[in-house]
This record gives sequence, structure tokens and C-alpha cells, in this order.
Amino acid sequence: MAAIEHTVLQLSTSPLSSLSAKVHPLVIFNICDCYVRRPDQSERVIGTLLGSVLPDGTVDIRNSYAVPHMSAEQVALDIEYHHNMLISHQKVNPKEVIVGWYSTGLGVTGGSALFHEFYSREAPNPVHLTVDTGFINGAGTIKAYVSVNLSLGDRQLAAQFQEIPLDLRMVEAERVGYDILKTPMVDKLPTDLEGMEASMERLLALIDDVYKYVDNVVEGRAEQDNTIGRFLFDTIASLPKLSPSAFDKLINDSLQDNLLLLYLSSITRTQLTLAEKLNTAAQVL
Amino acid sequence: MATPGARSFLQVAATEEVASPLRVVQIEGLVILKIIKHCKEFSPALVTGQLLGLDVGSVLEVTNCFPFPVREEDEEIEADGANYQLEMMRCLREVNVDNNTVGWYQSTLLGSFQTVELIETFMNYQENIRRCVCIIYDPLKSNQGVLALKALKLSDSFMDLYRTNNFTGEKLREKNLSWVDIFEEIPIKVSNSALISAFMTELEADTPVVQCDYDRLQLSTSPFLERNMEFLIECMDDLSMEQQKFQYYYRNLSRQQAQQQAWIQKRRVENMARKAAGDEPLPEEDPSNPVFKPLPEPSRLDSFLITNQISNYCNQINGVTGQSFSRLYLTKALHEN
Repeated sequence: MAAIEHTVLQLSTSPLSSLSAKVHPLVIFNICDCYVRRPDQSERVIGTLLGSVLPDGTVDIRNSYAVPHMSAEQVALDIEYHHNMLISHQKVNPKEVIVGWYSTGLGVTGGSALFHEFYSREAPNPVHLTVDTGFINGAGTIKAYVSVNLSLGDRQLAAQFQEIPLDLRMVEAERVGYDILKTPMVDKLPTDLEGMEASMERLLALIDDVYKYVDNVVEGRAEQDNTIGRFLFDTIASLPKLSPSAFDKLINDSLQDNLLLLYLSSITRTQLTLAEKLNTAAQVL
Repeated sequence: MATPGARSFLQVAATEEVASPLRVVQIEGLVILKIIKHCKEFSPALVTGQLLGLDVGSVLEVTNCFPFPVREEDEEIEADGANYQLEMMRCLREVNVDNNTVGWYQSTLLGSFQTVELIETFMNYQENIRRCVCIIYDPLKSNQGVLALKALKLSDSFMDLYRTNNFTGEKLREKNLSWVDIFEEIPIKVSNSALISAFMTELEADTPVVQCDYDRLQLSTSPFLERNMEFLIECMDDLSMEQQKFQYYYRNLSRQQAQQQAWIQKRRVENMARKAAGDEPLPEEDPSNPVFKPLPEPSRLDSFLITNQISNYCNQINGVTGQSFSRLYLTKALHEN
């Protein structure tokens, strides 16, 4: 409640305005897996986030584990379990430290403040991640918060959970291939050739799109955008400038090298089968 | 006298369940990501970890895993390692993760994983668990844009042979076992829970081209091929050493045979002389003579393993060169346009 004198409600901002968090896909997988396996009485899952703080202030969240807790009448966390898991994890990876904690369910509830206080004793400025596994808004929202102190003049009033930007780019998931991670069941891991085919199709689709766009612009059907034009120009200019003969020579040389390697490896394989037959053939005495 | 009912129960209890052969390993996306993360972080060092899951019929489900800390060469760390494992299993049990070990995973460097240690670890695991599998992940190959994940298990015939520790030529011919039969590769299926697939569908980036495409369409594969060739050459050297051992053995064997023949001839001549003189003929065989000592035949296990490795390298080279062909033709076509 505002006091009679006009004091300003201060929200300390500057050190946190540059704070953002980056989440690796493994963390989301872990959280979902723990949620699916939670004991029937608990409504949500609470756990610790591990990671590191990058030099530019971003919090890099790399790993996580669930911690048994009770959220019924009293709010309690199994601290010993949390410490045991932390020690075990750090045996493998000593660089990963506690950077915060997570809970499933949309929004921040009253009990979260206590958990947050506990975690702020474990790590400086912990990040609170909420993962909405119930898809309440029709979408799975993942948000990250830090605790900001609200002070009135000199007195500390309360702590507020303030949202920080969250980077959800999943580079590792892209590497593995979203198809493998998205579908409930993948029957076969794709081989090299299938992967190559898929990439080339995507490249072809991209080139088609660019072609259509340029056609549209030239015929006046679409507005021209200078930035896009510059990007296209840069892309085409990045092709190395070689005379056709030099380029042909380069390509042919590489082709020949590859053919040579292919030939060598096929010969080695045939030799192996032959040697095998000879080695285990009946001994001639 | 047991009643027919009780006897049939006894019979049922006595017959062992025939285990259905392992056909598929079903891994969860979570496990794949964990393995990738662990192996990548410590690459190029080789790391291992434990797989947890369930054994259901002909499918082995792997639902979780945890990494092992890097083991120092120290005696007391042995107990530490076991403690770590117990601790992790206990903690995971509390959050309802399957507590059942089904195997282990390890990272490898360009496919050089067929070693005697692998076989020994397999035998160790096989004693306690009925079915176990080893998952091999190659972080270097995965940089090319391919998910290099393999599930291996020792073939049963090889395991029996290994227990008797007898790798001579006749035994192998008997069982019709060649170097391809040592390891069996099992196809992998990936499964994800519905929740995680919902999340992933949502979090999927909208860009038309993804990171793995960048990896796959890279033109420079020569460092990878060079290392492959280096390993291949080293392996060929090892293989030629093994073959020299065999040659040496055969030469010794034939020399010994010649010596035996000569000795037998001498004995025969002696016997004829004795017969002429009316004495007892001496026996034709004399086990105490060093000429008759049987030479130990060198074990073929090492050469098999090396052969396996070589074939692996060859396959990899084939795969990569195949991909490079496509890339080179693509570049050529682009440039012409």
C-alpha cells in the first residue's frame, strides 16, 4: 500500500535488463519425461536446473533433474535428494552448476516463492522456468523468470517474478532431426542417402522460392525490398570467382580423389573376404 | 507318486522359457539427446554411460540413461564408481525412472570400437542380465549430418565360443563362424511420448532449412576422410602383423611335422634292426620327445576384431565418398547455372 508521502515504488532494473536465458532441448525432454512419470498424487513436478552462466550474462541451461517434493498443505522439498543428485551430476560434469529451478504448470504460484528462496540460497540469482505441460492456453508455453526485489524507498517490500527473454533455439535437436524427435514412433533411423536427399529437396525448394520472388519483383507483381535484394546479391557474390576451366578441374580432381578412395576401400573389403577364406581353410599338411 | 497334475506343474516349472530373439531396440528421444550431449561434450575423449529400460518380448526398450564419470587409473576409484552407480540408480528410482540396467553406451572415434575390452564388458554384463545391448555413438561422423548411432550385441554362437576361449581354425570352421558373425547390429526405433512430441512440434523452428542441412551440404570432407584413411592404414599394419604370426606358426608346424617324420623313420629303421636282432620293437610314438610337443595355435580373435574394424572403416569411407559425389555434382550444377 502506498504511504502518505510520495515515495516511488522502485523496481531495480539495470542489472537484469541484459539477463536472458537459453534452454537446450534436453532440458525440455527431461522435464516432460519427469512429468509423465510423476507419482499420481502430485500435480506438478519440481526440479533443479543445471548449466552455466556465459560471459555475456546469458544463463545457459543445459541439464536438469527432478526433485521429489510435497506441495499439499506444507511446501517441502527433499533437500538431501537434491544434494545427492547434484554431487552425482558434478562427478561427471564439474562445470555444470545450479542456475535455477523449474516447475510445470502455467504461471507462478504462491508456493513458488518459498522454493525460489531456497534456490536463491543455492545459487546467486536463480532462474525460475515454468513449462506448461497442461497446454492451458492451447500451446505449450515455456517462460523464465527471475526474482526482482521491490523496494519502497529503503524498505524491502516483496519480491516480484519478472519475466526474462528466453532463447528456445534448439540447435542440437535440429542436428538430430526434428522428424526423429517429433513423431511418437520412428521405425528406422534415416541413412545417409535419405538424409542427403531430404537436404537437397529443401535446398531445391529454397531456390525455387527465391526464383519465384525475383520473377515477381521483375514483373512488377510484388514490391521490391532492398534488404532482400542485397542479401541475394551477397549470396550470389559469395560463389567463388573461378574461370570455368579452373572450376571444372577442381571438381574433377575431387571426383577422382573420391573415386580412388571408393576403389581402395572396395578392394580392401574383397581382400578381407579372401583372406578370411584362406585363413580358415583346411590346413594342407 | 506325484499326481499327473503336479508333475505337469513340475514340468512347466522345469522347462526354461525360450527367450524370443532380440529384434529391435526402441530408444526414447530423451536417451538419444543425452547420449549426444555427453559424447559431444567430452569429445575427443571416449566416454561411457549406463542404459536403463525394460526388456519386453522381442523389443528392448531404453527409457533413460546416465553417464559415468571419467575413471582415473586408481584402485580406490573402483569402489567409488560402483557407489556412484548405486546412488544414481537409487535417486532415479525415487522419481519413477525404470531401474533396470539393459546395457551401456560408449562413444567412439571413427568406428574403432571393436576391441577385446568391448567383448569382455559384454560377457560381464551378460552374466547378470539376460539381454543387454551396447549403443555406439560416433560424434565425428555425426558432424557430417548423419546420426551415427548403432546398437550392437554379441551373437550367441560367438559368446559360446568365447566362453571356451578356443579360437582355433577347426573350431571356427565347425561353427561356421567368420568375422562378420561376432557382432550383430540391431535396428533402432525411436519413440517419444505424446507430450514431448507436442512440445517439439511447437518449438520447431519455422526456417525451411535446418542446421543438419548445413552440416550435410558442407563440401570439405577431406579431414574426416584423411583420418579414416590413417586409421585404416594402421589397422592394415596390425592385420599384417597378425598374419605374419600365422605364417610363423604354420612354418613351425610344417617344420615340426618334417621332424616328426624323420624321427619316425629313424624309429622304424631301429625297429627293423631290433626285429632282425630278435628284440622288442620300440614304440613308434614317444610323447616325451620335444619333437612331438603340440604347438599352440595362435588365437584368431584379434585378427577377427581387426578385420571387423577394417571393414567398418571401409564402409564409412564408402558412405562419405558417396555423399561427396552428390555434393560435388550439386556444386557443378549450381555453377553452371
